[in-house]
Amino acid sequence: MIIAIPTDNNVFETDVSASFGRAPYYLIYDTETKESTFVDNSAAMMAGGAGVKAAQLVVDSKAEVLLTPRCGENAADVILAANIRMHKTLHKTAGENIEAFLAGELPHLDEIHAGHHGQGER
Amino acid sequence: MRVAVLSGKGGTGKTLVTVNLAAVAAPSVYVDCDVEEPNGHLFFKPGQVQEEPVTVLIPHVDPAACTGCRKCVEFCNFNALAYASGKLIVFDDICHSCGGCVLVCPEGALSEKDKAIGCVQRGTADRVEVYTGILNTGEATGIPIIHRLLEQSSLEEPLHSDSEQQPRRADGEATFIDCPPGSACIVMESIKDADYCILVAEPTIFGMHNLRMVHELVTLFEKPFGVVLNKCLEGENPSEVYCVERGIKILSRIPFDHELGALNSDAKIVANESDVYRDAFRTLLETVKEEVGHEAAAHS
Amino acid sequence: MKQLLILSGKGGTGKTTIASAFIKLAAAKAYADCDVDAPNLHLIMGWTSEPERSDYCGLPQAVIDPDLCTACDLCRQHCRFDAIETGDVYRVQPFSCEGCGVCEYVCPAGAARMIPAVAGELMLYRDSGQVFSTAQLAMGSGTSGLLVTEVKKQMKSGAGDVDLAIIDGSPGIGCPVIASLSGVDMVLIVAEPSVSGISDMERIIRTAAAFEVEAVVCVNKSDTNLSNTKKIEAFCAEHGLPFVGNIPFDPRAVEAINDGKTVVDIECISGTAVRSVYKETMKLLLEEEVN
Repeated sequence: MIIAIPTDNNVFETDVSASFGRAPYYLIYDTETKESTFVDNSAAMMAGGAGVKAAQLVVDSKAEVLLTPRCGENAADVILAANIRMHKTLHKTAGENIEAFLAGELPHLDEIHAGHHGQGER
Repeated sequence: MRVAVLSGKGGTGKTLVTVNLAAVAAPSVYVDCDVEEPNGHLFFKPGQVQEEPVTVLIPHVDPAACTGCRKCVEFCNFNALAYASGKLIVFDDICHSCGGCVLVCPEGALSEKDKAIGCVQRGTADRVEVYTGILNTGEATGIPIIHRLLEQSSLEEPLHSDSEQQPRRADGEATFIDCPPGSACIVMESIKDADYCILVAEPTIFGMHNLRMVHELVTLFEKPFGVVLNKCLEGENPSEVYCVERGIKILSRIPFDHELGALNSDAKIVANESDVYRDAFRTLLETVKEEVGHEAAAHS
Repeated sequence: MKQLLILSGKGGTGKTTIASAFIKLAAAKAYADCDVDAPNLHLIMGWTSEPERSDYCGLPQAVIDPDLCTACDLCRQHCRFDAIETGDVYRVQPFSCEGCGVCEYVCPAGAARMIPAVAGELMLYRDSGQVFSTAQLAMGSGTSGLLVTEVKKQMKSGAGDVDLAIIDGSPGIGCPVIASLSGVDMVLIVAEPSVSGISDMERIIRTAAAFEVEAVVCVNKSDTNLSNTKKIEAFCAEHGLPFVGNIPFDPRAVEAINDGKTVVDIECISGTAVRSVYKETMKLLLEEEVN
């Protein structure tokens, strides 16, 4: 299966990013081939709608699972529409969270926060 | 005449000045353009309030016609559209209602629907017509509310759906516009139709710094203006120095006064409660009328 | 890093006056001014060095190339923001342009194009002990939560490993305020004892609650209306909000500010009161760690 995680850097040892919508990168991890790809998050520097754009990136990466510390309501609408499961990260690094998820230790992400409305113009 | 009252900084006394000028100038019109935090109605407590929603156009997809080409998603600069599992998702509160997605859709699958983002209220208090604009929390922009406010407040019979056909108000009643703080685009919208701007400044370096910002703004828009110095204390007033150095007209100096502060903080209209302040605001009104008169003469 | 944000809802209640005093009392090594529309904190913090400056680009803006424009009027017909000025050649009014890109799409002559637009400037003051992050939004720009986020990001990366950061917030309840709330540990709400001030305080409390940020409240200029001050105290008690103190109106505060000093740099009644509010706030902020 394919797992997506928002990250601060584009190496496997990276920390998970505190923000979903404005994470600098997404780690796309294939549990079967154990391959990692990093996608630049073009949404990070957008004036508005970052959550939506970031979620679209994750959907387009064909991920089936998203591991993230938090998620805004707009992004969540897109992720859930694509039937991607969301789990809450509990550890610092991407690798630790992937292991924890595969061991069934990461809870579902239930608390969706209100959007950081229009971190952008007007 | 239409007078806009602004200040770069919040809390300097815009509402104090606008509300009281409107009160002494009655019959008059008061328009509250601070749509995020409208306060003027707390002073006037208007009666017979009519309300009208303000709407914007939001795209709506016909799922049968949509082929998932995603041209609309690519086009939208505001990221208000997403496509997942064969469905187009529209994010109302990010959409700026530009109509671009409808134009780019090759299948004609997008059309537009109205969505309310807030409202305009009109009421009366003594002989003042009070217009209040309210923006719902979380909406992208208050500019459509300000447009509606300024349009409605200049008509003879506002808040009717066929307001396009109504005659414009005879230029007898003065209109006072309470602007939002700062100098962002929403402030610019509020002063667009003003004949004259009053800048309110407080006697601190913060006040002066922000006075400079709105001074730049009104200069850019070529609006005639004058300054009201509020909360004046003993000692040097940096805002006053700023005005004197640049030959800016000081319309009035309102001293810091506990009685004024107490009345104002209880949402009382001081010009109605105190003879001293009724006179002070009447004098200010006359000064403003003179200044507006001079401008008209200079440009005729 | 623990982050304390200072907000008020209403403008002019004393956020910057109080924030600057807190920064002095805490000897804070990291602080920021998130009121990007009308930043004021730099006026009292006394930095003499030049900050590092960088441009902040918001949404793109449209421009019309006068050499290519045929005045066909299509752009004006489609512009929803009244941003096209007509004439022999057409021109975009930059303050009205919202960056939607429709004019570029409809222009048959390739005259209308979207270009990146500088909407403000970020500034980072730094020396061996401290970092101070601030920004100025360009006049007429859209109010921007993104610029606020950049100010906080800049502070965090400049500060490295410090214990406490103090953030001077902006007035209102809009995007910039919401962006400043993101990720902070506690917000100190400075309330003004007036009907308008109470109304705005209630709105900001609701906004903070929606983002699950713990809020504590103090009243500034409390003696200008004692009965409203009592109302605010009662409101806090009713809603379980910690009340951290009252600060009286003090003309000496104005003197201090105009002299480029904070109220705790001189002997004055507001300074004494702010010290007490600071103590109470810090107690709660550090307790917060336990939760």
